[in-house]
Amino acid sequence: MNSLGEAFSAAWRLLAGFDAELAQVVGLSLQVSLAAVVIATLLGLPLGAAIAVERFRGRQTLIVLLNALMGLPPVVVGLLVYLLLSRAGPLGSLGILFTPQAMIIAQAVLITPIIAALSRQTIEDAWREYDEQLRSLGARRITAAMTLIWDTRFSLMTIVLAGFGRAAAEVGAVMIVGGNIDGVTRVMTTAIALETSKGDLPLALGLGIVLITLVVLLNALAAVIREVALRKYG
Amino acid sequence: MLPLELNAVSFAAGDTAIINGITARIEAGPRTIILGPNGAGKSVLMRLCHGLFQPTAGSVNWHGAKNGDVRRRQAMVFQRPVMLRRSALANVMYGLKLAGKSRRECELRAMDVLEVVGLAQHTARAARVLSGGEQQRLALARAWALGPDVLFLDEPTANLDPASTHDIENIINAIHASGTKIIMTTHNLGQARRLGDEILFISNGRLLEHTPIDRFFKEPASPEAAAFIKGELPWH
Repeated sequence: MNSLGEAFSAAWRLLAGFDAELAQVVGLSLQVSLAAVVIATLLGLPLGAAIAVERFRGRQTLIVLLNALMGLPPVVVGLLVYLLLSRAGPLGSLGILFTPQAMIIAQAVLITPIIAALSRQTIEDAWREYDEQLRSLGARRITAAMTLIWDTRFSLMTIVLAGFGRAAAEVGAVMIVGGNIDGVTRVMTTAIALETSKGDLPLALGLGIVLITLVVLLNALAAVIREVALRKYG
Repeated sequence: MLPLELNAVSFAAGDTAIINGITARIEAGPRTIILGPNGAGKSVLMRLCHGLFQPTAGSVNWHGAKNGDVRRRQAMVFQRPVMLRRSALANVMYGLKLAGKSRRECELRAMDVLEVVGLAQHTARAARVLSGGEQQRLALARAWALGPDVLFLDEPTANLDPASTHDIENIINAIHASGTKIIMTTHNLGQARRLGDEILFISNGRLLEHTPIDRFFKEPASPEAAAFIKGELPWH
């Protein structure tokens, strides 16, 4: 109990003093996860919208698959991206294994299915409501899809925030493809894992507090967006 | 592009026949009411006319209009209006933009129509926070703004209170007066009498009568129509 108390107060000192090592790790975490969520949104949102409004063979199978991919274990994603980027792998010539780029790729792979599957669901629900009205007004498929994305923009923002939270909180994928190299590829989650095993609890706990605060803030932001949107647009 | 000709139009969902071999010729001019009990197939027939559904047999033909043109020259107002998450003005402009009008043209036209339906003071408000009656007036404005030759209305007042219903009926008459052909479904005989010039009476997916309104109420030709009138107006 005593060591826990000590660890907590040491963690607070680190946070309050804007410890350089801690700040560097937090900064890299945010950079990697932000980049990953931007890529995943650019890929996942149009994919989700397309599946929502198009009718094609194997659509149902694709939806089941996409939903299943939401539960993709980060370590497996890490392993696959590792194999792709390792020297003998198909993308080995890029030489980006154990760099932040590799971590961005891995996290983007991890959360693209989440963003695609959730936005598919959201846009399809809206499509069911709007379908006849939009066709009656003469909207083509692509116009209808854009209209639906715009009309569900607040729900979609919540989905993107959920994707960001997932990326920032995962450890398996970035550990494998990043390597947890001090000052280069060390992010919050991998640092927590390492520092805990080393017994440096204050740093691990400090990072844990930052991580939890971040996740709470993201969820609060999502709640605020929903509330404001509901009040303003119904 | 009228008359609208239905040639032995049938529509089935799976094994269930919903519309059963309807042949009719709907002329320009009179306000046409598609009347019938719930589940008769009124809404489906209207969607077949509007082109939202394709008939499983038979054909729907507009006179002398090319395929691409047909959609642009008709509009529809639904029982439950679907409002986009944007302002009332933007909702009306949305349809106009799809019709290829310039932004300035869209805005002027939209403002005009909103004024006529009595929503001039609500143009900037979000469409979805308007009341049910206001939303239906907005839906009428959105359809009317397109200047259609034919306007379909599917039970446009089914969910509204008497005052809102009165407003909507006045707007429908104004649209009729502006030269747009009105084709409307209802199961409300009072409304059919107030707004209709001719009746298409549908029961169980079949067209039983196509007559001027006075004759329909005085001497219905089919026992089903007679029973419907009697059932809806039991004091007659």
